[in-house]
Amino acid sequence: MKTLQDLFQRYRRPGDFFIAALAFLFALFLLFNLPTQAPWLPRVKTFAQPAFWPGVAVIAMVVFSLLHLIGAMVSERIPGRMAEVLEWIKAVEYAIWFMAYVWLVPIIGYLPATLAFTILLTLRLGYRGWRWILAAAVFGTLVVVIFKGFLGVRIPAGEVYQSLPSGPFRTFVMTYL
Amino acid sequence: MVDLIAGFDLLLTPAVLFALLIGSIGGVIIGAIPGVGAPVAIAILLPATFSMEPIVGLTMLLGIYGSSMYGGSLPAILINTPGTAVNALTTYDGHPMTKRGEALRALGLAYGASFVGGILSIAALILLSPVLARIAPMFGSREIFLAALLGIVLVVIAHRGQTFAAGSLAAFGILLSTIGLEPVRYTQRFTFGFDFLSSGVDLIVVVLGLFALSQGFLLATQPDEAPKGERVVGNMFKAMTGVFRHKRIAAAGSGFGVLMGMIPGVGEFTAQFLTYTYARKTSKTPDEFGNGSPEGLVASESANNAVPAAAMIPLLALGIPGEALTAMMLSVFYVHNVVPGPGLFQNQLDFVYALFMSMMLLNVVVVVFVGLSSNMLMRIIRIPTRFLGMTILTLGFVGVYSLRNSITDCAIAAGFGMLGLVLKRQNLPTVPIILGMVLGGIMEVKLRSAMARVKTPLDFVDRPIAAMLAAAIVLLIVIHIWGIIRERRATSPEDSHDHDIHNSQQG
Repeated sequence: MKTLQDLFQRYRRPGDFFIAALAFLFALFLLFNLPTQAPWLPRVKTFAQPAFWPGVAVIAMVVFSLLHLIGAMVSERIPGRMAEVLEWIKAVEYAIWFMAYVWLVPIIGYLPATLAFTILLTLRLGYRGWRWILAAAVFGTLVVVIFKGFLGVRIPAGEVYQSLPSGPFRTFVMTYL
Repeated sequence: MVDLIAGFDLLLTPAVLFALLIGSIGGVIIGAIPGVGAPVAIAILLPATFSMEPIVGLTMLLGIYGSSMYGGSLPAILINTPGTAVNALTTYDGHPMTKRGEALRALGLAYGASFVGGILSIAALILLSPVLARIAPMFGSREIFLAALLGIVLVVIAHRGQTFAAGSLAAFGILLSTIGLEPVRYTQRFTFGFDFLSSGVDLIVVVLGLFALSQGFLLATQPDEAPKGERVVGNMFKAMTGVFRHKRIAAAGSGFGVLMGMIPGVGEFTAQFLTYTYARKTSKTPDEFGNGSPEGLVASESANNAVPAAAMIPLLALGIPGEALTAMMLSVFYVHNVVPGPGLFQNQLDFVYALFMSMMLLNVVVVVFVGLSSNMLMRIIRIPTRFLGMTILTLGFVGVYSLRNSITDCAIAAGFGMLGLVLKRQNLPTVPIILGMVLGGIMEVKLRSAMARVKTPLDFVDRPIAAMLAAAIVLLIVIHIWGIIRERRATSPEDSHDHDIHNSQQG
């Protein structure tokens, strides 16, 4: 049973030190690049300087991430840091799946790419049997019909659609699918 | 009164009513599915609403925002899994009631309390609007700057135990808002020579990455789960009337919800915490809290549902969103070249009233829907979580790609999706990034225009509202530091806490 405090307060998890160190290094990298990436202009008032707000943000990032890092260093270590970082790395696979989908859409078209994505990813996620494949296919088709066909969101027609014989069918496919 | 009637007229168009229906029913279903909350749904639908009239798009998004918490209480009570982050407290008393065989009573109380909280808060805001219309013009550049700064300070200190990380993330958000070509002197900021960064980092791309894609990645990598079905038997509408036995607490919840919703950077959690503490302190049976107390349940659900309407106030009156969902809605205004702010309350009060009345109507539609469909909803939400992850990624693609058909945008969103996943797994908040991004942009513009008339630092706070806001900022920081010092003295050992991923990190 969780206590009332547990419901409102979110406690540290394994990997806190790693993320704190990473955030601090990133903030330092930004700080070193501050003079070249946001130059301080001559004869311009401080608050009107283009570099003022990036400067405030980067300095705040350095200060807060350093305090976070110190906090993580002096806190008791929670076991499981490596396993946690491996969990983050595991998620990269799905980012690659997503980018493959993005890359496919302008080539093979929205509907075929969506069907390929939903069905293959469903299989990859461990679902077997025609019911799941059908559910993924129906979902993919519905998304295309609702968003491109009904709501008319801007997604270009696939390159392969050009090879269809010209006529009303090609126009329909290019406009709605 | 004329504005009220004009607002009603604005509302009574088929497109608005249809958007309201879709938003409210869709919101209940989305809220009821553990793992998808209103932020994911709003992020995905945002680009699709850009082609609609502002009132239509906003009504749909508000519908999802206002109704998701109704849906979220269903799995919270029946299967001890909150449907949305803000229903976590509902599990505390709701589920023990189910275990006692009082599922119908608990659900009825939750829906009833949500309804009372929603309606009372909107009624209060409609009555308050003429006053706000008078106060809003008193907000000049420096007041808006200070209100935005207050929002940043509050969102940082509201994350107790993670203040440093929240501060660092808010600062990162501010930095993101500055990337690209600076609009006054035309200098490049933090573009590192990349052309695609010259136009800046799009808020929608970040929002979709942090809220939608990250959730897709998270669900796809976690072990599969499918909520079990539970049936509720009996008359739900009759059960809802049970809330009138707890009028005092429902009214207190609405009051705290309105107050906390109006303050930028604070939201449902603070409103719930205050109402729950008040309810427990004034109860004749304080020991029952946490073990299935109807009063605790009413406190939780009336407070969270009173927030959405109030959260629109800083957005509409000052142009300052107080949390992630209203920050997303701000982009609907920007796309239509409508700049929310003091002028909106002065000149377009009918528009404001129309939004409030649509929220009132929404509560009625939702109560009827949940009253009739709890068992059907329980069947819908049994989607396994990894499959749900796939659906979120598919829908996330439409959101990002339809913006400007850019593969780079999708790559940036995927990057923020990974960042969001790490933050969620680390129990760290994503909201400070979004608020930093939106409020950072506002602060830069407002500070620049405010400083033109300021000669000495004291000039900055020589107007009453500016002085009050500045005093509030200083006071909050002092109280926060004092609170930390007191907490340190009474610190409990590390292993006495629960180091799991927190409920509120889901969705």
